[in-house]
Amino acid sequence: MDIRSQIAMVFHLDKCIGCHTCSIACKNIWTDRKGAEYMWWNNVETKPGTGYPSKWEDQGIYKGGWEKNKDGNINLKGAGKRRGLTNIFYNPNLPVIDDYYEPFTYKYLDLIESPEKDDQPTARPVSLITGKPIDIKMGPNWDDDLSGTPDYARNDPNFKNISPEEKEVMFQLEKMAFFYLPRICNHCLNPACVASCPSGAIYKRGEDGVVLINQEVCRAWRMCVTACPYKKSYYNWHTGKSEKCILCYPRMEAGLAPACMHSCVGRIRYLGVLLYDASKIEETAKADEKDLIQKQLDIILNPFDENVIREAKKNGVADSTIHAAQNSPIYRFVKEWKLALPLHPEFRTLPMLFYVPPLLPVMATVKKTDNAEQQDKMHPIAKKWEDNWLYDTSTKELWGTLDQIRFPLKYIANLFSAGDEELIKEKWKKLMAVRIHRRKVTVGDISDEKVTETLRDANMTAEEADAIYALTSLPKFEERFVIPAAHREQAIEMMDFTGDTKGGTGFGIKKPVVRGI
Amino acid sequence: MNYLDNFILIVLPYVALATFLIGSIYRYTSRKFQVSSLSSQFLEGKKLFMGSVPFHWGIVFIFLGHLIAFTIPKGVLAWNSQPVRLMVLEITAFIFGISMLVGLINLFIRRYTTPRLKYVTNKMDFAIYILLILQTFAGLWIAYNFRWGSSWFSTLLTPYLYSIFKFQPDITAVALLPWTVKLHIMGAYLIIGILPFSRLIHMLVLPLNYIWRPYQQVMWNWDKDKVRSSKSPWSVHRPKNT
Ligand code: SF4
Ligand code: SF4
Repeated sequence: MDIRSQIAMVFHLDKCIGCHTCSIACKNIWTDRKGAEYMWWNNVETKPGTGYPSKWEDQGIYKGGWEKNKDGNINLKGAGKRRGLTNIFYNPNLPVIDDYYEPFTYKYLDLIESPEKDDQPTARPVSLITGKPIDIKMGPNWDDDLSGTPDYARNDPNFKNISPEEKEVMFQLEKMAFFYLPRICNHCLNPACVASCPSGAIYKRGEDGVVLINQEVCRAWRMCVTACPYKKSYYNWHTGKSEKCILCYPRMEAGLAPACMHSCVGRIRYLGVLLYDASKIEETAKADEKDLIQKQLDIILNPFDENVIREAKKNGVADSTIHAAQNSPIYRFVKEWKLALPLHPEFRTLPMLFYVPPLLPVMATVKKTDNAEQQDKMHPIAKKWEDNWLYDTSTKELWGTLDQIRFPLKYIANLFSAGDEELIKEKWKKLMAVRIHRRKVTVGDISDEKVTETLRDANMTAEEADAIYALTSLPKFEERFVIPAAHREQAIEMMDFTGDTKGGTGFGIKKPVVRGI
Repeated sequence: MNYLDNFILIVLPYVALATFLIGSIYRYTSRKFQVSSLSSQFLEGKKLFMGSVPFHWGIVFIFLGHLIAFTIPKGVLAWNSQPVRLMVLEITAFIFGISMLVGLINLFIRRYTTPRLKYVTNKMDFAIYILLILQTFAGLWIAYNFRWGSSWFSTLLTPYLYSIFKFQPDITAVALLPWTVKLHIMGAYLIIGILPFSRLIHMLVLPLNYIWRPYQQVMWNWDKDKVRSSKSPWSVHRPKNT
């Protein structure tokens, strides 16, 4: 056993309202710079949709992630030692800026400085690369909320294995449903970006598992951009260096939550420590596709187990970190309650960001109603209901519709469970059971038998349902983010005599201050 | 003529080598962020193929050819002792030279006709394009007109280069070579001299280490075993992170 700690995350998709506050928080802090304008280390996609960069999930185009070959080993699909070094002069699988979008701004000054004329002045869009006026073809979240559906949502790569009829049903206007998928770097256990970097500029931090690119060592060989199947490593065209999400490590070392999580309006984000067995990473990443998720869960260890604690301590995991692991909301969502799943586990990078699959847009079906009675009661000048469709959120229907859901189960399974529909069903049953149980507690219009039956069906106790409810709906800041101390003091002790450091002037001088000669 | 020969063949190499060494070390240690191949594939990913690929593979083999003639001249002469082998060597080298020139011209056209690339191109880029195009052209010209280059490089130029490295420059033989050859030699020194101050620096950081390093890399901020325990006194020996 080689126990390490990893900062992991859970995003609860039922709670995301698609406000993009997270993206803006990140952009304002980290990527509001020349060459990084087009980068969204955090982005929120509408699903179904092609995402950002366009169709990133289609590894037939981008060749990201690992693939298992015949002898049972895994190789990087579009990079690696042989491919990476022979393609170093021209990377055939590199996305170009137009796959994201050309960054732009508007000439606002024209609005103020324009002389008096017959027409209103306009602020023309100009490219942030060339500074010349451009015709904007694509921008961040161009496909938000299913806009431009024929171009975007219908081309979603997750429609593989879904029959054209099923697909058509999804796009009938009155049945249309969607959900949001916020994405950041997954800080994977088997990161493809690290493995693909010829200069060795990318590394995983041992203490907390954050994956970083050393800007001084990156030489623009740009293999990581290809290799990351989530397209979360970006090439800065201005500096000639690749950049990626740093999980706000300067904030985390100070005990603060990453900016995207701190600012999340829907409070969908959880962050905490997981203890895992690093000696099993390779074996896990090589597992058969059907076992991948189970193996990934198995690698995560129980932080209450005596044996695990002893081994962790032996490996230098600090007591405070073990304590944080015991209070980790991630451990509860992922291991205890088995509610969260990794995004596209079939890419085999063992992502450490887990998602609670969305239930609401999937379950809420529409039914035909007669509004006549309601309409008559309304004031004559009030707007009349034009359609007769209503969302049906009655509990009976909800429960009865697991098989008639608006999203084909296969679609969600293609996203979160490498196609395993049973696994998704299992999560949905749990999420439903929590709702039904709480409805009984708060409204009381459901019979005890029904509640017992649903809980049993979901393999859950009432206490567990209450705990899930509490952490989902009522969590305080400290319950959502359990950040272990970074123990920088020990790092300093090892690198320097604290006596020397104390004598230094600080403020950026890292070397001991020595008098000149 | 003599002054010019002395300048090109004696002064220039030392100046170039000095700037190369000092410049590269300075840039690698103090301006590390600026060491990058500055790839522009992200802004233009189609035309690059017909430029970058022939150019780079061409220059890799041409460079290795020059290096081999410099390090093992006897081997080259022995190989060339049979006309067939000499022909094979010369023709292959010539093809790589052509590939390099074609690549360079494509790169040059691409860079100056693609609007976006204007904003990631500086004056030094222009200088090295011109220098490399002239140098490649001169090399091909020499290979075509003064045969057989691989042989006379090994007998004439290698001793001269050795004399430079031994700090006893001997240019008697080289001074008699045609002016095109001298121009080619001068071009080489110029390229070496400006290498640390241009994007060419990326050839010094070729990621060969990738071949034998393990795929995954984990770095530790601190190593529990090496952190001083509160019970032990300060050691005189400063611990180092691995
Ligand atoms: S999501 Fe991509 S960039 Fe992030 S660690 Fe995984 S492979 Fe690397
Ligand atoms: S801030 Fe939170 S709720 Fe808003 S889009 Fe981002 S993840 Fe969703």
